[in-house]
Amino acid sequence: MATLPERAKVVVIGAGIVGNSMAWHLAKQGWKDILLIEKGTLPNPGGSTGHASNFIFLTDHSKEMAAFTLDSANQYRDLGVYHECGGIEVARTPERLGELKRRIASSTSWGVEGARLLTPAEVKAMVPFIDETVILGGFYTPGVGIVDSLQAGTLMRQAAMDLGALTVTAGVEVTGIDTKDGRVTRVRTDGGEVETEVVVIACGIWSPRLAKMAGASIPLQPAVHQMIDIGPVPRFANAGSEVDYPIVRDMDTNMYERQHGNGFEIGSYAHRAILMDADDIPSIAASALSPTMLPFTQEDFDPQLEDALELFPEIVGDESVGVKLAINGLLSLTPDGNPIIGETPEVKGLWSVAAIWIKEAPGIAKTVAEWMTHGTPEIDPHGSDVARFYDHHKTAQHIAARTTEGYNKTYGIVHPMEQWASNRPIRLSPAYDRHVELGATFFEAAGWERPFWYGTNESLLAEYGDRVMPRAAEWESRWWSPIINAEHLAMRDRAGLVDLSAFAIFDVSGPGACAALERLCVNRVDVAPGRTVYTPLLNPAGGILADLTIMRLRHDLFRVVTGGGLGMRDRKIFIDGMPADGSAQLYDATNSLTTFGLWGPRARDILAAAAEGGADLSHAGFPFLTSKAVDIDGVRTLASRISYVGELGWEIYVPIEQGLRVWDALWRAGQPHGMAPVGIGTYAVTARLEKGYRAHGAELELDFNLVEAGMARPTLKDADFVGRAAYEQQRPAPPAATLCTLTVDDPTSSTGVRRYMLGREPILDLEGRRIVDAKGRGSYVTSAGSGPSVGKHLLMAYLPPTHAKVGERLQVEYFGERYPVTVAVAGATPLFDPDNSRIRA
Amino acid sequence: MNVLVCVKRVPQTGGRIVLTADGQAIDTKFLGFTISPHEECGVEEAVRIVEAHGGSSAVLTLGPAAAEDQLRDAMALSIERAVLLETDGSEWDPVSTATAIADAVRAQEAADGGFDLIVFGNESADSGGYQVGIRVAVALGRPVVTGLKGLEVGDERITARREAPGGGWETYELPLPAVVGVKEGINLPRYPSVPGRLRAKKKEVERIPVGAASGGPAAAAGAALGPLMVVLRLPEEQASEAEIIGRGAEAAPAVVDLLEKIGVLDA
Repeated sequence: MATLPERAKVVVIGAGIVGNSMAWHLAKQGWKDILLIEKGTLPNPGGSTGHASNFIFLTDHSKEMAAFTLDSANQYRDLGVYHECGGIEVARTPERLGELKRRIASSTSWGVEGARLLTPAEVKAMVPFIDETVILGGFYTPGVGIVDSLQAGTLMRQAAMDLGALTVTAGVEVTGIDTKDGRVTRVRTDGGEVETEVVVIACGIWSPRLAKMAGASIPLQPAVHQMIDIGPVPRFANAGSEVDYPIVRDMDTNMYERQHGNGFEIGSYAHRAILMDADDIPSIAASALSPTMLPFTQEDFDPQLEDALELFPEIVGDESVGVKLAINGLLSLTPDGNPIIGETPEVKGLWSVAAIWIKEAPGIAKTVAEWMTHGTPEIDPHGSDVARFYDHHKTAQHIAARTTEGYNKTYGIVHPMEQWASNRPIRLSPAYDRHVELGATFFEAAGWERPFWYGTNESLLAEYGDRVMPRAAEWESRWWSPIINAEHLAMRDRAGLVDLSAFAIFDVSGPGACAALERLCVNRVDVAPGRTVYTPLLNPAGGILADLTIMRLRHDLFRVVTGGGLGMRDRKIFIDGMPADGSAQLYDATNSLTTFGLWGPRARDILAAAAEGGADLSHAGFPFLTSKAVDIDGVRTLASRISYVGELGWEIYVPIEQGLRVWDALWRAGQPHGMAPVGIGTYAVTARLEKGYRAHGAELELDFNLVEAGMARPTLKDADFVGRAAYEQQRPAPPAATLCTLTVDDPTSSTGVRRYMLGREPILDLEGRRIVDAKGRGSYVTSAGSGPSVGKHLLMAYLPPTHAKVGERLQVEYFGERYPVTVAVAGATPLFDPDNSRIRA
Repeated sequence: MNVLVCVKRVPQTGGRIVLTADGQAIDTKFLGFTISPHEECGVEEAVRIVEAHGGSSAVLTLGPAAAEDQLRDAMALSIERAVLLETDGSEWDPVSTATAIADAVRAQEAADGGFDLIVFGNESADSGGYQVGIRVAVALGRPVVTGLKGLEVGDERITARREAPGGGWETYELPLPAVVGVKEGINLPRYPSVPGRLRAKKKEVERIPVGAASGGPAAAAGAALGPLMVVLRLPEEQASEAEIIGRGAEAAPAVVDLLEKIGVLDA
């Protein structure tokens, strides 16, 4: 091993699968003077990589996770360490069989090839030692495989060294990471100090400890995963290779089983989540096996053995087959189940690359290396961005609560709208008590409790009858209520009051504010004070990074309003975009302001009734996309004429401590007009879809551009901005796909039940084939929901030019069945009120 | 042939042993528990004897309530029943331990019939006192041989073999009932099967409180008939230095030189 250099361009800490992948991908991106520091010994330093089960199931309902996984599998294949053996997820219950059909659909959406459902007999043919009478079927993926993650790491290190880019030091432990003025300056170790401006933390379960050294936070939680290894199995005595049989995931018991050589491995995610503090992990020397292989706790595993015995009696029940190894292996859990990657918001030059599983490790490493080098990762990492966390997410209580709750979802059937139960409520709107009185059902966003619909609006159901599009199937009725659609109709007929407290709000001020924002935004923000701008943000490759609104309040003061979900990620983008000379400052006003939305044909009358005399609310006096102060019941608010629901109305920004007073004033003013409290189910789903409004994370992601999204404007501003060059190239070219709105023609299933897609399902042509555009992207449902005012279930999807035509008939796959759909809109024209006359009333 | 095997719950230590701050115990925060390798062979020997000759097998330990784990581990290997002489968790000296075990054996034998053979591991993995088996034998008035690497069981007698100092074997014939101390290497212990584990989980463990746990005096502090542990101290770490004498094939001549120097190869 080399001695520690005095300086390095970048220091990667940790030589598990992630750190090795980072070293390689940085080298491949042209980085030199890369130093990889590992406290253990190579090739197996003693982290989670060393005891990983190393199998890779390719399908995930999350697009981002599936992309990381597919990319990783390809990398392992290229390294020659991928052994394709196939994998089967088996169902013991009818609910699980339905879930397996969903997984087929996700496989099609994300391009996982060859996935299909198996009968119990077909499972038996592939896995002859299974008791097929225990199961109802299986979901088979031929591309599932086992990797040698230690060998992969060794090969990647070697490749980086062969490029002359990498120095590796093992047996050196990092003791400190120094910073100056918010930037990394130095790594201290027990073997000396290294000057550097860039540090990559690839330390798996130890990551929180390393981040803390620099004053940053990586909120992951070491937790125990149990596995045992039994053998030798007589049936496998002549095993031809490491893995001859498909890996089986026994989903309903949270277990997996696999043959390897003459042994059989049984792993479990079913026991209680056993959490550990990163500071409590034993040192290498003090560990019996390794720091991440802890003593087995038999009592946690015993119930699992019964389940394994039931499914594989021939092997597990064989008295001659012994339990050779039983460990509590440590792995990383995160509060939301996603990896934690990217530059930390606390310290410039400090990057986190924390995977959860072997299956996504090389993919996230490649993503981060691209991000560090050009700012243009090929896979959109927004769901995994370390900057996504709010402060409350970083508390030990939150991390422990959510990782405990999430652990048992590892093999769970997780509804797309499923809400977390633990560590709530955290963030409350000033009108929270009113929402409770109105019988709100709360969904959580960024820690905020948001009314999704109001129980007291049940009375509206009678008014609207079947127009609320009632749902008979249990799956789509879960986390849903027909009241959502009734609120939608009441808002369109009269008016609705919406609590929008979850917005993230940043006030950017100073003489350099305008120029700094122009540099970040596609659309011109140098507008007259009082104007509001809706604008996307791009990355340098012209991918869509964010979309948000900016109000120019004064010549040197701008208010940026963005969704709460990625509010903190967006805050980092803006902070990073502030000029070095300090001529512009960002103040995070998220927790200082609350926002209420008032929309509908009666909105002007209601606001006029609530506002103190003299406020000109006429269309001429208060035009669309403008803002001004409006006093309501003694409170000075900022009213912004804008709409995400397609109706006349305003967002009203209120100092948070005066929010309740304003809510009550608007409420009183609204009652004579039949105003309803309206939940986020209308705001974010139904009203948005009818208007074809795009949402970040659904329609707007880095792999799409503004032309494809139908958001390119006819003219281009003069000022330069991030992504401009790429955008200029995109503009004249015909798009490879166009965002369309589709209607479901007949939602009736083969059993006569009306079914309603929830999003992420594959769009197929009339022959049932997957639709793929010229860039290799499959067509899938980006958003789905009711369109109560148009009487159809609505889907949005990017379609290639051959299909992106109004009237084009296609299909959508849902729970194993195909439903006819028709392209209703190709592009951005709203399905409802296409002339936008209601907004501009 | 009725066989009793006695075991002791001990920490499964890693490369470096960590002591508690008061020096009274090994810090087991990150450690599992096991029995000594000698005792694992003792359990295996008991299982084999009963498999070959019929009869019954039992396992006994003196220790805290958690020592039930080690008894179930033995039962997973098809030892039939288990007895826990349950302490309050304090350390017991060899005299007190042997006295309690001998008392328990007498009581067990009075109730269920005699043990033909009582098997101990040669010494425990933690305190290594080499005493308990011999003391139990003396207390019960039975012959004892320790350090065994071979054991043959006849109807009335056993033939026991152990390595003699300086090479060769010592062979003993003992009349039954007898006590033996076995060493690692006498057999290759089997792994438990999953059905064995599941059966063991459901079996009863006979719990007999002893010492302070029975309301009597704490054995270690009270009896004090044998040596008492005062404090644990780690030996000075032997500093070792590694010298890299070369890399890859180019290192071969240096390796040969070194092997010659230390006498592995003739010059």
